[in-house]
This record gives sequence, C-alpha cells and structure tokens, in this order.
Amino acid sequence: MSHQVHNLELFRGLIKFKNITQKIWGVLILLSIVTLVEVALGIFKPEILLLYFLNMKILNWIFISLTIVKAYYITWDFMHMRDETKTLRRVVVWTFVFLVLYLVFILVQEAGYIFDQGNIDYIKKDF
Amino acid sequence: MSSAVSVSSKETTWGGGNKPLRTSYGKAMMWFFLLSDGLSFSGFLAAYGFARFRFLDSWPKADEVFTHVPFLHGQELPMIYVAFMTFVLIMSSVTMVLAVDAGHQMKQSKVAFYMLLTIFGGLIFVGSQAWEWSTFINGDYGAVKTKGGNILQFIDSHSHHRVALDDFAHKHHSDRIQHEETNGLWFYDEGTLPTYSIEEVIEGMEASPNILIRTQILDETGEKTILSREESLNTLRANGKSIVTGANLIENEYGMPLFADFFFFITGFHGFHVFSGVIINIIIFFNVILGTYEKRGHYEMVEKVGLYWHFVDLVWVFVFTFFYLV
Repeated sequence: MSHQVHNLELFRGLIKFKNITQKIWGVLILLSIVTLVEVALGIFKPEILLLYFLNMKILNWIFISLTIVKAYYITWDFMHMRDETKTLRRVVVWTFVFLVLYLVFILVQEAGYIFDQGNIDYIKKDF
Repeated sequence: MSSAVSVSSKETTWGGGNKPLRTSYGKAMMWFFLLSDGLSFSGFLAAYGFARFRFLDSWPKADEVFTHVPFLHGQELPMIYVAFMTFVLIMSSVTMVLAVDAGHQMKQSKVAFYMLLTIFGGLIFVGSQAWEWSTFINGDYGAVKTKGGNILQFIDSHSHHRVALDDFAHKHHSDRIQHEETNGLWFYDEGTLPTYSIEEVIEGMEASPNILIRTQILDETGEKTILSREESLNTLRANGKSIVTGANLIENEYGMPLFADFFFFITGFHGFHVFSGVIINIIIFFNVILGTYEKRGHYEMVEKVGLYWHFVDLVWVFVFTFFYLV
C-alpha cells in the first residue's frame, strides 16, 4: 500500500514527469487549459463552428469532446485509474460507457420524435 | 486422493487475504458505488437532453440566464463565474490527490494540511452554488406569462437588451389586498402578490414606445423572435396573464419552467454530493489529526474519500458542459 507504482507519463510518453506531485500539477495545467478553451469558445462562439453536423452544432460537438477529454484525465490521473489493473479499468469504464451510450441514444431519439409530433399544425401553443 | 493439490490451492486462492484486481475491498466497493452513482447522474443529464431536444425551438439560452458575477453588479458576464467554480473544484481535486500522495508517504501533517485545503475548496464551491441559486431565484428583469404558459420578455428596440419591468411599468396604488388565512372562510392564503399587475405592465408598455416583446420561439438563426411594436402590444393585451420574476419550480422568467426544474434538480443533487463530500472530508481530516491512520499503518481511507471527491469533480465537468456551454 505504502509504495504504489505510478505511471508518470502523459500523452503516451510524450511528457514524462519526475514524480507524482509534478504530474498532478501537469494534469491541473492541462485541465485548466481545456476549461479556458471551452469558456473562450462559449463566449466568442466563432461563426464557422455554428454550422450543423449530425443534427448538432459543431461547437457543441467540440464542447462534448473536450468534456470527455477532461473526464479521461480526471479518472485516469486524479483517480489513479492509470495505475489500476487493466481488468478493473475495463469493468468500471466499459460498463458505464455501454449503458450511457444506450440511454442517450434512446432518449435523444425519442425526443426528436416527440419534437416532430409537437409541431403538428392543429396543436396550438402560441397563445 | 489428491489432497495435497487441493489444500495448496485453498491456501493460495481461497485462504483469505487476497485482493482481486489488486484492489482492496473498500476501494472496489467505492468504485462500485461511484459507477452506480455515475449512472444516476447520467440518467438525469440524459433526461435533460431529452427535454432539450423535445423543446429544441424554445429552450432558454444559458448565457442569457447565468450572467452574474459577485461584486460586479449589473454587468453581463456569462460563464465567468461558473468557470471560476469549475477551477475551484478542479483545484480542490488537486489538493486531494496531494493529500493521497502524502498519505502514501505516511506524512501525517502534510495529509492534514492538504485535506484542509480540499475542505476549503469544497466550501467555496458550495457557497458559490448557493449564490448562483439565489440570483437565479430572484431573477433580474421580470417577464410576463401568457395564458398558454409562454414567457414574454421586454427588450429595448434599439439595443435589443432586456428591460426590467421596474423601468417602465406604471405603479398604481391599487386596493388589491393580500388575502391571508385569518381573513378567509377557510384556512388558506394566497402567495405573495406580484409587484405589478398585468394592467400596469400593459399601461407602461403603451406609454413607452421604445419597448418591444421577445418571445421564446427561436428563429432559423437560433435567435429569439422579436415582435414588431404593434404585434407586441396586441400579444400582450390578448395573451398576457401574470408577472414572473425570477425562477422557481413552476415559473421561470427566462423561459421554459422545465429548464429551471432540471437546473435545480441536477445542480442540487450535485451540490448535495459536494456538501456530503465536505462533511466526509471533515471527518477524515479529524481522523488524520487524531492519528487514526498512523496507528492503522496506512492512509487508504484518504484514498477512498479522494475517489469520491474526484467523482464529484468529474460530475461537475459534465454538468458545466450541459448546463452552461452546450
């Protein structure tokens, strides 16, 4: 317990840290940069990113991807998932990913359907 | 009888003291809990996504709702304060990892110090969230609700900025007295009377020619529809029913009441997690001070609580994206 082995690499070995403390600060800087990019995009909303891709603005796809990037580093480095066995990682992450993908697919799909139904002419909403 | 073989396998595999997946029992159970808790939050956020796609053409815009920063009254600064809250939570996650690491090195005072910083971070976050809630509940401009439950907001015809009801509604001294339960036949009262009646708002609007109405329906470019002066007056006269200031579970001056419901429910559930996390951190902090883990010989408890704390941070990252950014 007392001397756990830590993987001190980020980006598949592109950045190597000397000790765990240094790596944590590295991850903090990374997460802060990602958050700053998100906030900047959210405030300025570049025109080109407001185009639609797969029924959603490109900007929103970027936000969701960046969030998953942040979630990855929080889980892998703050929660030390990187240092756990491969099986534990898979048991936790895959279970979650499969269930959530299914849930999101089914709800968003249904919402689209109900949205279409709600816009039938004879249903009056504007009063 | 091959007893020798079975005995030895009993000792290695079933003899106790094993850690499946090289994880202690407590840590495995913490992951188990976090996985199920994560699925709860996913359910809530997916339900939010459902509501949003279902009302895709009239959903409120978060950067018009959350524009406030403490001590900077009257300035519209969307996202700045939430970004600060996100940073506070990530920072407190960092101090938590540092506490866990100090625990691995068996440095008692260092663990206590970092735990304390984590607790402060958590308190700042919960406080910020309370402030955010109170500004949202109090609202800023006020709006009119129509008979159909739609929200009509008032904007200036030149700047297209929202105009507060206070700025144009004509206040009369009306005889309308709040009904209290002591006065009536039966023991019920009515809610607080709104500051203005709908007639006073209509009158004020007629008197100020530079005010237009904005509905919640989004046009092709994703902007809210602005009615012409004539349409504005007609809509207000024909459909206006009551005054809405701020947001609660029934009404929301920024648009869909469902937006407020999800906001209160999801950020409330998350805030409750942060709050309980702070309480657990405080308990562990005192255990560290008292030397409980020093006696136990390891600081695994700090690690387990740390997992919970990081999870709270993890959930916030998603809440941040889906409520404020997307």
